Amino acid sequence: MKAKIHVTLKQGILDPQGKAIEHALDMLGFKRAANVRVGKYMELDLNQTDRAKAEAEVKAMCEKLLANTIIEEYRFELG
Amino acid sequence: MNIGVVVFPGSNCDHDCQYIFRDVLGQDVTMVWHKEASLTRLDAVILPGGFSYGDYLRTGAIARFSPVMGAVKKYAADGGLVLGICNGFQILLEAGLLPGAMLRNQSLHFICNDVHVRVENAATPFTSACKPSQVLKIPIAHADGNYYTDPVTLAGLQANAQIVLRYCTPDGKVTSGGNPNGSLDNIAGVCNAAGNVLGLMPHPERCAESVLGNDDGRLILASLVEGMKKAKPQTVGE
Repeated sequence: MKAKIHVTLKQGILDPQGKAIEHALDMLGFKRAANVRVGKYMELDLNQTDRAKAEAEVKAMCEKLLANTIIEEYRFELG
Repeated sequence: MNIGVVVFPGSNCDHDCQYIFRDVLGQDVTMVWHKEASLTRLDAVILPGGFSYGDYLRTGAIARFSPVMGAVKKYAADGGLVLGICNGFQILLEAGLLPGAMLRNQSLHFICNDVHVRVENAATPFTSACKPSQVLKIPIAHADGNYYTDPVTLAGLQANAQIVLRYCTPDGKVTSGGNPNGSLDNIAGVCNAAGNVLGLMPHPERCAESVLGNDDGRLILASLVEGMKKAKPQTVGE
C-alpha cells in the first residue's frame, strides 16, 4: 500500500514562503491567486494490506515524526 | 566540573563549545557521541549548534530520536543542567524538553549577524552572572529561529519568567525593530518550568573571549559553570 502524505503549516500561522510565492505570482499577473501555502509532500510504501491498520500506522508516523503538530497539520491518502 | 558536549552528525559548534569550556573557562569537557545511550557522570550537558542530520524534515526533528536524547531527557528530569544553543535549542523543542517550535525566519533569509538580547531573567543557572535587563551582544546564525508557541503556552512562559532572553535594540528596547527573525514576543531564549533546561538561538560560545572583540557570551557560559557548582552531579544510564 502506498501512503501519500502532505504536511503544511497550520492555518493562522504565517507562512513567509507562501507569502513570497503569492507576491511573485501577483507580479507575474496571476492576480486571482491568493492564500498560497507551502508544504511538504512525502510518499512511502507500507507493507500492510489492512487499510485500517495502515491508516493508524501512518497517523502515528505523522504525529511522532513527519509533522510537528505545534505548527503543522497533515493529511494523507492511502492507495 | 565535567561538561558533556553532545556530538550529532552535522553538529559544527561542538568544538567551539569544547574550546571555550576547556581552554577559556578551565573545565573538563567530555565529547558525547549521539549513539551513547547513557551519560557518564556529568555536571552539565550542552547540545551544540550545527545542522544535525542536515536539518532534513525539520531542524532537530531527527536528532531528537538519537539514542543519547533518552539519557538527556532523564538527566533533565533529574534536575541536571542542559543548555541547547541554536540547533541544540531546536532539538530541545522537537524533543519536548522546551515548549514551542521554530518557524522559518520571517525574512526567509539565513541570518548571520550580531544581535542584541536583553536578560529578562537573571536568576537562572545560565544567567546568574548577568544583571537584570542587561543587554548582551551575541551573534546569531540561523534560518529557522522564528520562535512560535500557542497563546496559552506563551502566557505561561511570561507568567513563570521562562523567557530568559529577548531580542532588543542596542539600547535594550524590546521592539519589532530589534527582532531579527520574527520571533513571537521577541523570544531569543526560554527555559523549562524547573529552570534547569535553557535553549537559546544566539551563540554565546562565539563571543566569549576579549581577544575576539566581544566577550558578552562569556557571561552566559560562566553562569553555567557557577550553576554547576550548586547543582547536584548527575549520572544517567545503566
